[in-house]
Amino acid sequence: MKQEEDFEANLAGEEGQSEETKTSWFKRIKKGILTSTAEKKETPEGLWSKCPECGYICTVTELRENMFVCPKCAYHHRIGSSEYFDIIFDDDQYEILYENIRSKDFLHFTDLKSYEKRLQETWAKTDITDSVRVAKGTVKSNDLVIACMDFEFIGGSLGSVMGERIARAATLCLEKRIPLMIICKSGGARMMESAFSLMQLAKVSGKLSQLTDAGIPYISLLTDPSFGGISASFGMLGDLNIAEPGALIGFAGPRVIKETIKKDLPEGFQRSEFLLEHGFLDFIVPRKELKEKLATVLSLFKN
Amino acid sequence: MPQDKNRQFLEFEKPIKELFDDIEGLKQKAEKSKIDLSDPIRKLEERVIETRKAITQNLTPWQKVQLSRHPDRPYTLKYIDKLTTDFVELFGDRNVRDDKAMVGGFASLDGRTVMIIGQQKGINTKARQLRNFGMANPEGYRKALRLMKLAEKFNKPVITLIDTPGAYPGLEAEERGQGEAIARNIYEMMRLKVPVICVVIGEGASGGALGIGVGDRVFMLENTWYTVISPESCSSILWRSWDQKEKAAEQLKLTPDYMHQFGLIDEIIPEPVGGAHWDYQEAANLLKPYLLNTLNELGQLTPEQRIEKRIEKFNKMGFYDEVAQ
Repeated sequence: MKQEEDFEANLAGEEGQSEETKTSWFKRIKKGILTSTAEKKETPEGLWSKCPECGYICTVTELRENMFVCPKCAYHHRIGSSEYFDIIFDDDQYEILYENIRSKDFLHFTDLKSYEKRLQETWAKTDITDSVRVAKGTVKSNDLVIACMDFEFIGGSLGSVMGERIARAATLCLEKRIPLMIICKSGGARMMESAFSLMQLAKVSGKLSQLTDAGIPYISLLTDPSFGGISASFGMLGDLNIAEPGALIGFAGPRVIKETIKKDLPEGFQRSEFLLEHGFLDFIVPRKELKEKLATVLSLFKN
Repeated sequence: MPQDKNRQFLEFEKPIKELFDDIEGLKQKAEKSKIDLSDPIRKLEERVIETRKAITQNLTPWQKVQLSRHPDRPYTLKYIDKLTTDFVELFGDRNVRDDKAMVGGFASLDGRTVMIIGQQKGINTKARQLRNFGMANPEGYRKALRLMKLAEKFNKPVITLIDTPGAYPGLEAEERGQGEAIARNIYEMMRLKVPVICVVIGEGASGGALGIGVGDRVFMLENTWYTVISPESCSSILWRSWDQKEKAAEQLKLTPDYMHQFGLIDEIIPEPVGGAHWDYQEAANLLKPYLLNTLNELGQLTPEQRIEKRIEKFNKMGFYDEVAQ
């Protein structure tokens, strides 16, 4: 049985595990012993991996070769930007952009910890510089700029850096007339940036409207999870809105809705398939077919 | 506006209530004994004004939040009534239904036609339920967009009045695409050819507020707040408890002063002494010149210039470091 995940905890910069896992019998004292490279972050750790959906056990190498999709039940494991770039771009070749734009604690926001400290801690445990990374490359010889979120970085939260990096990506697409894709994977807004984080919705939407005027395609790929400000802005504004199978996508999180309506949520609620049925997705694409489908779509737009 | 004896008081407004009680006592005494007590009554009334002023001078962020939710506070339809004439309310999103939490229509503001739209809260328990506490569903946002497009067709400026604790987090709201509805509004408001002025008149919570909050100018009334999440929800997520709302309100820096200082809003609009709930007409009168002046200003620009400036205005928002690599 899949554990219900609390991705709001990730927004607080905490690991989104249930109490049960937190108080397990064995503790990993040293993190990432077998996953020292940047590519392996946000992927199942250790030699063996157990599918959270069906319990199938396979080696991480096998899982990696299968694009982190369970060989038995096709459950899509959560992966990071590096994995997506490797999957999508030709020959693993791409240029990472705007890495020099970094978050700062402008508001001196302190909850249980200061935002400054949270940032320092996050930077210390990952090679990722913020919750979105931008890369430029080709997909079967079609140019594409991708902004891909990393859930590992404070729950993929939407802050000023995400807004600025995506805005610059869009500007680049305007100048070079290259299509833009955003791969969404985020619990929502970065509350430690308060209203600044909210205004990023407007900021990115403004840039997208310029892409519209210039006739440049914009594709939004929604992956698990895509919530809050993401779905209330660029996540839902694609010329194509597409999603990976089984991804949780919505405006309000399941916990909040449950508390509001005081009822259990129906099976499959807010999953990709649910959104497709309700008319909010153009199609669902399994990870293994992603590159092929993207290339087809991009060349259809072009020719 | 409620009569003085029907007024409701927040905890920090209690000193005013005591004065009101004293005045009432004196009035009854004067009535009974036929003694002229108008002098002491007038003095007490002056003290009411002084106390209103004193109380709102040093409000904590949380008290501002409370004031923005004052049960006697004027809501969108009240402002429309006090600001404009010939208001014709228009209903429905032409798709699902009419959302009572979002109202709007054409009206005349000092002789010029405007489209005025806003979230609407209820003034009593029954009305609050009808208005869904000012929390719109997707059809509310789509109704707002329909009205904005109508305004664009007839080249009339759009004024939005923001007052919401958030977009409704319901099951059907998700089925009908709450996220998409808000996203579409943000995107389309960015491209509207007519002038757009947005005013936070009460609560400005998150995407629910921004869904009618993208404009050439964004104002906040003095006793309002605007940020990415309500202090209560922020407390529950970041502090893992519902009890830190005061702290969350402080940390979020959600008051008009901060928002103005950060360059996220353009002007702070003064309210009547002690808050808009003391005098609805005065509250509207204080807002009106800002609207008229801004409409004149924006009218000087071409649609293309306005859209370009609007995109640029929001594009500048954000804080980050650019480190050397």
